[in-house]
Amino acid sequence: MNILSYLKDNIVFLDGGMGTLLQSEGLNPGEYPEYWNFSHSDIIQKIHRSYFDAGSHVVCTNTFGANLLKFPEEELKKIISAAVENANAARASAAGKQPKFIALDIGPTGRLLKPYGDFDFEDAVKVFSKTVQIGAKCGVDLILIETMNDSYETKAALLAAKENCDLPVFVSNAYGEDEKLMTGASPEAMSAMLEGMGADAIGVNCSLGPKQLSGVVKRLLKCSSVPILLKPNAGLPKSVDGRTVYDVLPDEFAEDVAGQIADGVRVAGGCCGTTPEYIRTLTERASGIKPVPVTEKNIMCVSSYTHTVEFGGSPVLIGERINPTGKKRFKQALKENDIGYILQEGISQQEKGVHVLDVNVGLPEIDEKEMLKTAVCELQAVIDLPLQIDTTDVGAMEAALRRYNGKAMINSVSGKAEVMREIFPLVKKYGGVVVALTLDDDGIPETAEGRVKIAEKILGTAAEYGISKKNIIFDTLAMAVSADPTAALATLETLRIIRDRLGCYTSLGVSNVSFGLPSRGAINGEFFSLALENGLSAAIMNPYSDDMMKTYYSYRALKGMDENFADYISFMSNRQETVSVTAKSMPQNASSAEYASELQKAVAQGLKTKAAELTKSLLETTEPLEIVKQDIIPALDKVGIGFEKKTVYLPQLLMSAEAAKSSFEIIKSHMLNQKGSMTVKCKFVIATVHGDIHDIGKNIVKLLLENYGFQVIDLGKDVPPETVVKAVVENNAPLAGLSALMTTTVPAMEETIKQLRVSAPWCKVAVGGAVMTQEYADSIGADKYCRDAMETVRYAEEINDAAEK
Amino acid sequence: MVYLKLYPEPKYNIKEILRYMGCRKADDSISGLVNECITELSDKLTYKVCYTEFSIHPTEDGVDLSFMQTNSRGLKMNLFGCEKIVLFAATVGLEIDRLIARYGVISPVKSVAFQAIGAERIESLCDMFNDEVRSRAAAENLYTRPRFSAGYGDFELSAQREIFKVLDCQRKIGLTLNDSLIMSPSKSVTAIIGISDKPRENCAEHCSGCSKTDCEFRGE
Repeated sequence: MNILSYLKDNIVFLDGGMGTLLQSEGLNPGEYPEYWNFSHSDIIQKIHRSYFDAGSHVVCTNTFGANLLKFPEEELKKIISAAVENANAARASAAGKQPKFIALDIGPTGRLLKPYGDFDFEDAVKVFSKTVQIGAKCGVDLILIETMNDSYETKAALLAAKENCDLPVFVSNAYGEDEKLMTGASPEAMSAMLEGMGADAIGVNCSLGPKQLSGVVKRLLKCSSVPILLKPNAGLPKSVDGRTVYDVLPDEFAEDVAGQIADGVRVAGGCCGTTPEYIRTLTERASGIKPVPVTEKNIMCVSSYTHTVEFGGSPVLIGERINPTGKKRFKQALKENDIGYILQEGISQQEKGVHVLDVNVGLPEIDEKEMLKTAVCELQAVIDLPLQIDTTDVGAMEAALRRYNGKAMINSVSGKAEVMREIFPLVKKYGGVVVALTLDDDGIPETAEGRVKIAEKILGTAAEYGISKKNIIFDTLAMAVSADPTAALATLETLRIIRDRLGCYTSLGVSNVSFGLPSRGAINGEFFSLALENGLSAAIMNPYSDDMMKTYYSYRALKGMDENFADYISFMSNRQETVSVTAKSMPQNASSAEYASELQKAVAQGLKTKAAELTKSLLETTEPLEIVKQDIIPALDKVGIGFEKKTVYLPQLLMSAEAAKSSFEIIKSHMLNQKGSMTVKCKFVIATVHGDIHDIGKNIVKLLLENYGFQVIDLGKDVPPETVVKAVVENNAPLAGLSALMTTTVPAMEETIKQLRVSAPWCKVAVGGAVMTQEYADSIGADKYCRDAMETVRYAEEINDAAEK
Repeated sequence: MVYLKLYPEPKYNIKEILRYMGCRKADDSISGLVNECITELSDKLTYKVCYTEFSIHPTEDGVDLSFMQTNSRGLKMNLFGCEKIVLFAATVGLEIDRLIARYGVISPVKSVAFQAIGAERIESLCDMFNDEVRSRAAAENLYTRPRFSAGYGDFELSAQREIFKVLDCQRKIGLTLNDSLIMSPSKSVTAIIGISDKPRENCAEHCSGCSKTDCEFRGE
């Protein structure tokens, strides 16, 4: 019998703890329990059998840590096949008459994935894949991925299971008292991602006792449309009179878990500290409880690695600014591989209040697949908003969806048969809410009925792929009213019909409507308001547009979506503040004696906004290069010298550097429009070496070097020697800077220098970082040891001057 | 058996934060920045410790810690007269790393501030745990030694691998170790606290016991 068909009409009972029992049988602290599958197979079989005898339908193989990171492949095969044999032997000899299943147990790798660890996502998929392949070959009934406390690693494991076998997959996470995973995910976010990827049951295990986990279970029951699993600890271990005891005893445990089964839990067992006695008590207590049917919740949502954004209530704002169309500065950033610029664009939109970020990095002259993947990874390292992946390149779409840590929005599909054929399999595999444009091979129908017909066709095709309408959001296409005065009316009518007749949600790129008209903001704001009233659920929009934001906050206030008008009031008061700051920071003629100009003073004192405003107004009368020479550089020098003399501390140096950067940013955009270019100094490749994941120091050096006019090629952290060499050679860079935090990563630095000497003998290498000393630098053959960022700047200027001579 | 403990937020030590930022004294802009960051941090941190006890024995070259052997003379000296140790791992969680990274992009000075706050937070958490171990020992007329970590002096950093194995850090408190022996979350500590029935004379926990005599922050 298949576990899923049994689960349809029954409660499924799992087994209880394994580790605690093995310890009482003599497993030493730190010893791998997986070896016991063949060294003590009698004990493992005895434990499995006693769980079957206690009423478990499923026992989990003793393979929690059985993966390639801990065991070489041959040994891994031996361990897993012995583990499955043990479970099979127990099943054959167990007394109970219940249907019995064997789950291949998969626990976390113990390594944290990038960017906060150094374990690559695809490497994690490979490690899990091997365990799944071996386990599936040995003949198990299902896969149980459990005790995962990171959403990204959970995704890697589930993807590996899905790609390497056809078995049912149950996925269980370890939540803390704050009802989140260690890396921040909420139960709703996990549910969105796992259900989207096709997990057959999802749930919670380990960490805490059944009472403390009830909050998470309730939340999962409310949002998930798949069966919920619960496998709690017997409370927490306590030391009583020198003995270790768990503080929840079998009766209390069974009572609590049975209560949650009555509330809707469909798969239940125990984790650390639970024994066959716990499971027996539980199966007896819960035997009369009728299974609560699993229902479709019809919630449309997307998720990040922390939270979900739901559609259908308060309007969802999707920031459109990460997109090169019509933006010279953004195009330049893409060509220069300047990820920092893209991240800033993301963070400032988040600060403006958007809920989702659209990510479009398509440009003919770049490798879109690589860039999109990188952008998604980097964005999700620093921004916790769900992303909308926006590309017409299917390869790029898949690469991005694969790496995305959550359930993404997918932009887009349409009524074109070929596009549906390409995109729907991705939606099915990786999960996601897909934006469906109401157009097809014949173009955009002029009438609402025509567009609705396409929407119906899309829904039908999606259903063939097993994609339900809660994962499809329709874009009814806003067209320029200047070209067709009835365009807006058709769009609005389509919105209404899709809401009322199809019961689906909608999204619009609102600002297209005003194309070709003056004062576009006014039209956009009004159209947004009409669209919302006609059922629009989400808008792809510019959050810097005051008109759009005013509409958004006013609409929510009028519709009873803004309790006590708190958001409206806060938006309006922030708005007024911005206006008055701008007025105040206009240039004044009076300068204090210490500084030659107001801008010099603002930079030296580290006043970011003021420095930017002053630069803007100076540009109306002064040549950009004059501003750099007269104001910014002298201010930086003054502060830099102070830092070297120890009268200025690091934070002050940085504040001033950031103020200078904000000035430079204004000057850069200005010059892009003037078709001029800034004179720049030489190229400088910079990286934190392989194995090292800390980059504060490197970022400081980068900021200062850029301010002094160097072209910094930032390779990031954990950079292999080959990558550094490649960048130096490709750019013919005369200088490279390497940073290392720990003694353990100095060998990687040495290796990088060695390779540079062979392939790029012209390149000077400066080193720095917490662990570095002059002696260390000498011993690994660096050209220069820099004890701080200013020293790096000075050294770089030396090299640059020599090169110019 | 490894025990787990969650702590409430320790009190902030602003002076220490400024020291970690490289400031001997702070002007208003720096103090303002630190306060702004602390406000932004609000309840994003968790204060978790997992720990266990081992009996230990000195060996000819070093010390037998039960779960591993080490030839570290420094640790042997630290544990002189001890019969057992408390081995612990502590972390304030991943959110501080996220803030450090986020501000690395838009404002390195705030990144530096969060890094300093994180360093102070984890030290304060260790102090809190250490105080508890000390008073529990005192109740049994026992004394503790200053905590000692892998990587101090000649106590090899690779001991981290063994420590992570016996404390099951990943499962207990979400702490991981990479191939370069770097911990993630970064604001984390593992250490050994020696427990003895004898108090130790001249126990140098302060500046006077440190060999870095040219330290900018050296006190009296």
